Amino acid sequence: MFLIPDAVVRLYHRMASPPHFYRISGRIIPWLSYGFLLLLAYGLYAGLYLAPTDYQQGDSYRIIYIHVPSAWMSLFVYIMMAVAGAIALIWRMKLAEVVMISSAPIGASFTFLALVTGSLWGKPMWGTWWVWDARLTSELILLFLYLGVIGLYGAIDDKRTASRAVAILALVGVVNIPIIHYSVEWWNTLHQGPTITKLGKPSIDVSMLIPLLVMALAFHIFYFIAMLQKARTELLVRERNAQWVAQLMEVE
Amino acid sequence: MNWQEFFAMGGYAFYVWTSYGLALVILLANIILPILQRKKFIRELMLRNRRREQ
Repeated sequence: MFLIPDAVVRLYHRMASPPHFYRISGRIIPWLSYGFLLLLAYGLYAGLYLAPTDYQQGDSYRIIYIHVPSAWMSLFVYIMMAVAGAIALIWRMKLAEVVMISSAPIGASFTFLALVTGSLWGKPMWGTWWVWDARLTSELILLFLYLGVIGLYGAIDDKRTASRAVAILALVGVVNIPIIHYSVEWWNTLHQGPTITKLGKPSIDVSMLIPLLVMALAFHIFYFIAMLQKARTELLVRERNAQWVAQLMEVE
Repeated sequence: MNWQEFFAMGGYAFYVWTSYGLALVILLANIILPILQRKKFIRELMLRNRRREQ
């Protein structure tokens, strides 16, 4: 047997309580936003101005500061969505359902951005907007998975049933995540191999790497801001007949 | 480096600025849309409550 500390149980119950989540998230969002704006401002300044021009790709490589963080986020958000889905399935936690479905449009946005900026980078460097190579194709499938999640959730009226269906779809789709990550190693593709996440020394200069990491951090914070915003709205709509919403309306 | 040079992006202005502009629009939409939806929903809910009280 294992014992869960009292404090953890209490935290779990508080986090699972919709009015508590609504209140706390409203207080956290401004702080996250300050952090995001600060990092974004520095990331843009460093990426567009401080970082030197690439000796091969010229200034076109600066698309990396949008493209790579977006691509990383497309995977990160999917994993967050799938974990929330698993929690929703196992413990039937309403809040996990809300976090899961609120993540989907943000993940779809990042996936779309990764694909389009990749295209905009590919045209001048590869000479083509698109190729059906493993990395690009598996990323496109990820976009369809996100859109499938959003569509399925909208198609089922009862949101608790819809959440269960979506959670199963999201969990099945996890198969695609390692495929995307390893696609550049498993198949010989036009897309370049990993330069940053590979073991040992990354093959990118520090002056170019720092803005990338700053932008990636900014995008992670952005996900939490956007997810909380969406979750607050979703929670209100779902709980519109609950007493805490009625009380909230009286205060407004 | 002057501004003109900066915006020219070594001849890749279209590709670079389209990428950054699109990112800005999409990120903003992910924040603004849920806030607008929430405000609209709260308005409708309060209207419904008021009608019920009358």
